[in-house]
Amino acid sequence: MTPTTTSTGRGGARRGPGPVGALAGRTPWVLVLPAVLGMAFLLLPLAGLLIKAPWPTLPERLAEPQVLEALRLSLVTATIATLVCLLLGVPLAWLLARVAFPGRRAVRALVTVPLVLPPVVGGVALLLVLGRRGLVGQWLDATFGVTLPFTTAGVVLAEAFVAMPFLVISVEGALRAADLRLEEAAATLGASRWTIFRRVTLPLVAPGVVAGAVLCWARALGEFGATITFAGNFPGRTQTMPLAVYLALETEPEAAIVLSLLLLAVSVIILASLRDKWVTSP
Amino acid sequence: MSRRVSRWALAVPLALTLAAGLSGCGSSDQAGSTASSPGSSGAGPTTLTVFAAASLTGTFTELGKTFEAAHPGTSVKFNFGSSATLAQQITQGAPADVFAAASPATMKTVTDASLAGTPTTFVRNKLQIAVPAGNPAKVDELKDLTDPKIKVALCAAQVPCGAAAVKALDAAGLKVTPVTYEQDVKATLTKVELGEVDAALVYTTDVLAAGDKVKGIAFPEADKAINDYPIAALSKAPAAELAEQFVELVLSPQGKDVLTKAGFQAP
Repeated sequence: MTPTTTSTGRGGARRGPGPVGALAGRTPWVLVLPAVLGMAFLLLPLAGLLIKAPWPTLPERLAEPQVLEALRLSLVTATIATLVCLLLGVPLAWLLARVAFPGRRAVRALVTVPLVLPPVVGGVALLLVLGRRGLVGQWLDATFGVTLPFTTAGVVLAEAFVAMPFLVISVEGALRAADLRLEEAAATLGASRWTIFRRVTLPLVAPGVVAGAVLCWARALGEFGATITFAGNFPGRTQTMPLAVYLALETEPEAAIVLSLLLLAVSVIILASLRDKWVTSP
Repeated sequence: MSRRVSRWALAVPLALTLAAGLSGCGSSDQAGSTASSPGSSGAGPTTLTVFAAASLTGTFTELGKTFEAAHPGTSVKFNFGSSATLAQQITQGAPADVFAAASPATMKTVTDASLAGTPTTFVRNKLQIAVPAGNPAKVDELKDLTDPKIKVALCAAQVPCGAAAVKALDAAGLKVTPVTYEQDVKATLTKVELGEVDAALVYTTDVLAAGDKVKGIAFPEADKAINDYPIAALSKAPAAELAEQFVELVLSPQGKDVLTKAGFQAP
């Protein structure tokens, strides 16, 4: 899949030995007990979906054209949104981690705003800026005749808005943890800052970029509030899986379960295959 | 995440997210709580929980205050939302005393599960064409919505206002392709308020509640798609007596008065 194309694939090899091995011995129950509880907490709702799923009618429900349309739209928009986030988010993370500028703390805090903002409010905010009568949208409409709400591009924007902080935080964390001396060594050998970024920094933080991209993609895939508010809901154009699930829930809870399971299955398969490919340590 | 993420990079958003989550919990607790307040006279529960369609937010809040004034020591808690969602919450065991739905179909979910007695229709609501203030696209009748140059928002067919819109358009023999099928009537109205669409089909009451930002245009076909609002005290109501009294208030002339002022029609 595309979200990881900018990473080099060498990240996995740098991870060192796995967590066990050298640290053999008794596993402390103080950690195991909450860990098991945590796992159960995360997995039980999923089990609930599996138990309640209407298995006999599953195939015919999945074969409905609207379902596949929504799934396709979800995968395409989440992937494009992740690419947009990579394109803008990695440089932003680099700026926050490597360049001291006035107001950096404030910017760092503001970057996380979409995480805190209820997504519906995020959608309204996007409308106020990029909507047909929005600050920027008005100008876009008048100059280029482009309106973003109710379009697939609008879905991508809404998803990218909500998902980007995951990438930025992840990459910035990796950048701050990376050994600066390697970059300094490259600088003393005459490499430009751009070369250092490309040849030293990026390979060094590749696992962080991959992790961030995966989080970002997953968040974009599940995005509901900002999407339905900014891009609306029209089958084939802006109706992604979460929107289809929500509306199915209004009349047919069973259909909603099927759709949720499909979305879950597809995303788990994609993430698992990516993990095997890009992250070699267990 | 990478293993050695900086402490602050993680801690700040985490703390903020937690804070947001907690405040979210607070509001939902309020809606679902039926615990009687300690120190009351001890004659049964003193909290009435009403689940009501989102379009009843204004009127029922007002009636709730009237009810509290008439029954000193009681407090009325509301859970406003999409009727279908509320019906599901009730069938899944949410502790509610009264259910007021925006459509007979959603009420049926609850009565079919034997969770409520026979519901009473207490008001009816009619659709109107809502346009942004100033009516930029010069819409004046239902037929105008078929113009592809006019951006229209409709409620999704799964929610009551969407079902009513389908009925009205069918009755008029018109086919409208909207730019969006919104998840509820308030979301549809928001698109009009912000001027993102040129017209939408919403309830008369919602147009009135939106004030100056939205103008409503009545159309004859709306009479073919009138929505009945049923109300019922729930059979497993923790505060059964208060529930009956609240339903009586809603059906009383005083209740009618509040509801018709907001644009509802008497059944």
